[in-house]
Amino acid sequence: MTDKPAGMTLIIKTVCRLLVGLILLYGIYIILHGHLSPGGGFGGGVVLALGLLAVLLAYGREETLKWLRLGLLKDLEHASPLVFLLIGLAGTAWGGAFLANILSKGRLFALLSSGLILPLNVVIGLKVGLSLFLVVLAMAEFDLDKGAEE
Amino acid sequence: MPIETWLTFLLGFMILGSIVALEIKDILSSIVAIGVVGLAVSLAFLFLQAPDLAVVQFLFEIFALIILVRAFIRKDFHVMERASSGRWIIGFTLIGLAAVFLLSLKVFRVLPPFGEPLMETSRYYLEHGAADTGAANIVAGIILDYRAYDTLGEVTVLLTAILGTLTVLRFRARDGKGGGR
Repeated sequence: MTDKPAGMTLIIKTVCRLLVGLILLYGIYIILHGHLSPGGGFGGGVVLALGLLAVLLAYGREETLKWLRLGLLKDLEHASPLVFLLIGLAGTAWGGAFLANILSKGRLFALLSSGLILPLNVVIGLKVGLSLFLVVLAMAEFDLDKGAEE
Repeated sequence: MPIETWLTFLLGFMILGSIVALEIKDILSSIVAIGVVGLAVSLAFLFLQAPDLAVVQFLFEIFALIILVRAFIRKDFHVMERASSGRWIIGFTLIGLAAVFLLSLKVFRVLPPFGEPLMETSRYYLEHGAADTGAANIVAGIILDYRAYDTLGEVTVLLTAILGTLTVLRFRARDGKGGGR
């Protein structure tokens, strides 16, 4: 267990390296098109989390943390509800009600339409994706600690 | 085939999957059976023309499966003890549930027919949603414009969940490192 290299075999690592960009791109696409097509912040966030999870499973925890900056992820994750609240308060300030849709609605079916729904989708996508990934990361850490002890 | 037939088929499939998941000895097979149930739920959402929910359910099911497999794959949980003491309690529960079902058959006849939108709110959303919110996807329009406050609550739930998980796991990991067990 200890002398084996971390993570899975070379084949899985290579396939994962080729695919993870596409998976993350797909997640971003789903989040950004949440107001036009099925999906949205929750679904796209889970796609992001699954992409990062594939890296975590294939490469192991140490390599993944070299590639990602954990502090930045945690900050983004904890800041996203605050951003949600600030958007809501902006609605209170300029629109007269909490979370009022203050931006211009735009043309139906255009990417930049529907006012505040797009930024809220982005915030929720970040929140969901990073939350799920951080939970799995914490579980992996716990597991590794126990494994090193035995 | 009408949609109800498909739904009944899926429902039977899910019940079968749950029974298999409960009764099977090998825990990995049990996890696979649970996954079957979740994916059948996703298919049911698809049949009911709710692609948003279907996508989210599908992805969450895969996520949960990965976590469960990751958690149980190294440990030997193959032999599980049978619960023998609570057998008559299960029997009484089943009889009670059957009695409730039989007694409530009259209520089922009064229920509105399947899939009829009769609430005024939902009709209003369908008629004015695109103009009010500017979102082509009516689901996004509802959860992020009409009901954005609910979504804020969901985000708060997620935040609380991850804070709790991180706190508990951090303490347990520290215990494992410091005090042996």
